[in-house]
Amino acid sequence: MKKIVITVVGKDSVGIIAKVCTYLANNAINILDISQTIVDGFFNMMMIVDVADCTKDFGTVVDEMEQIGDEMGCIIKAQREEIFNEMHRI
Amino acid sequence: MININEVLETNEMIEKENLDVRTITLGISLLNCIDSDLERLKEKIYNRITSVAKDLVPTGLAIEKEFGIPIVNKRISVTPIALIGGSACKTSEDYVQIAQVLDRAAKEVGVNFLGGYSALVSKGMTKSDELLIRSIPQALATTDYVCSSVNLGSTKTGLNMDAVKLMGEIVLETAKATADKDSIGCAKLVVFCNAPDDNPFMAGAFHGVTEADEIINVGVSGPGVMRKALESVRGTDFGTLCNKVKKTAFKITRVGQLVAREASERLGIPFGIIDLSLAPTPAIGDSIADIFEEMGLERAGAPGTTAALALLNDQVKKGGVMASSYVGGLSGAFIPVSEDQGMINAVEDGALTLEKLEAMTCVCSVGLDMIAIPGDTKETTIAGIIADEMAIGMVNQKTTAVRLIPVIGKQVGETVEFGGLLGYAPIMPVNQFDCSAFINRGGRIPAPIHSFKN
Repeated sequence: MKKIVITVVGKDSVGIIAKVCTYLANNAINILDISQTIVDGFFNMMMIVDVADCTKDFGTVVDEMEQIGDEMGCIIKAQREEIFNEMHRI
Repeated sequence: MININEVLETNEMIEKENLDVRTITLGISLLNCIDSDLERLKEKIYNRITSVAKDLVPTGLAIEKEFGIPIVNKRISVTPIALIGGSACKTSEDYVQIAQVLDRAAKEVGVNFLGGYSALVSKGMTKSDELLIRSIPQALATTDYVCSSVNLGSTKTGLNMDAVKLMGEIVLETAKATADKDSIGCAKLVVFCNAPDDNPFMAGAFHGVTEADEIINVGVSGPGVMRKALESVRGTDFGTLCNKVKKTAFKITRVGQLVAREASERLGIPFGIIDLSLAPTPAIGDSIADIFEEMGLERAGAPGTTAALALLNDQVKKGGVMASSYVGGLSGAFIPVSEDQGMINAVEDGALTLEKLEAMTCVCSVGLDMIAIPGDTKETTIAGIIADEMAIGMVNQKTTAVRLIPVIGKQVGETVEFGGLLGYAPIMPVNQFDCSAFINRGGRIPAPIHSFKN
């Protein structure tokens, strides 16, 4: 398993989750967990996904997710889980 | 599993508070390049650097992308060149040729600085050391990325005052040699007392002779993150404040440790140390001075600043040490003037003077850093300032450094613009009383006694 954290931050609009999930499904990326919250009126979603079966290079996934975000007017980041674990877990 | 608030906190630090990894510095030993023929030596140095460091920049960029954390600089440090060029270089001009080779190699691999055009003369100077030191003005004027440092003393050896005097001259000559670019050569030249072998930060990075063939050292940063974190403990007591600094330093350092481990694995080069430094940048909010203000001082330089810095420096180390398996380099809070908007403001408002900065260096991680002074400052006065700072390091068993920029043609009240990470600086006044008879004595100041501490 190779865990990635995807965050989507932006104005709430119809179809954000659908679009992200479609991309993930098309690339054999399995969703392990989804949570969302509204901070200062902004839509914040976090997904933990497994990219073990994804055939694309991770750098490409980062770029493509970012591009989907640009198209929908929100910021989508895909980052390896370790950065969060290292920072918040002893 | 990680939760959304933790993820958002990390990303907020990166996006809004300038959290970054300041530098991945690849240390390369050049000892195996030593040759008595200058041309062969130059070729060996070029080949060694460009082969070892060829993947450094792409690896840094890949890590940046995968973890979503900026890695601002990818740099190289090499064995002090005075040790490498000794048998091939007969003149200072020969050394300048080596500097130019280093510059070409740095450009070839795409790093933005290469440190190690250095001499270690804490007790005495060899002929080779002296040739290198005398070549520094020309070397820095004819290269873009080469950084130079000279270690002038240590707690164990005392201070080499002949070298201190010489460096007063060299700093001024370097300023003159780069006068057409606001004396920027001096921004790439630093003198040390107790220089560490594994410092990843420029301009003082070199790959010490105690190090392995190759090593990865990483410098973390994050003054902006620290300032933001301290907002949440406004008005609380010192215990609470210190705890907050420690916890924040821990988080920042863990990111550095992760990046260091990844870089080390991917490059197949052992991990050396994390340098736990809070290194400011000219970006608004990414400032050590702003941390002081958040702690309750009206401006950096106000009474209480030295205590605030001592607290900050110590708690950063306490938090950071637990976050990393190996800590080294300079580790602490940097207090450069030109690279920190809050410090610049403090100088412009008259809150911060050279003398107060000197007092602060007793408890910070390095010393007088990126301070612009009038271009007509005497070389002996510069040597006097250096001697004072070296004495602080020698007696207190700490690293101290001086990076002064006498800006040719400029006076107090004017400012100098360096651009980029180096920022801009107001020209600061220097004490006008003379110290030349003291500096001209020559010889050494003996090592201090290590008992009867008062």
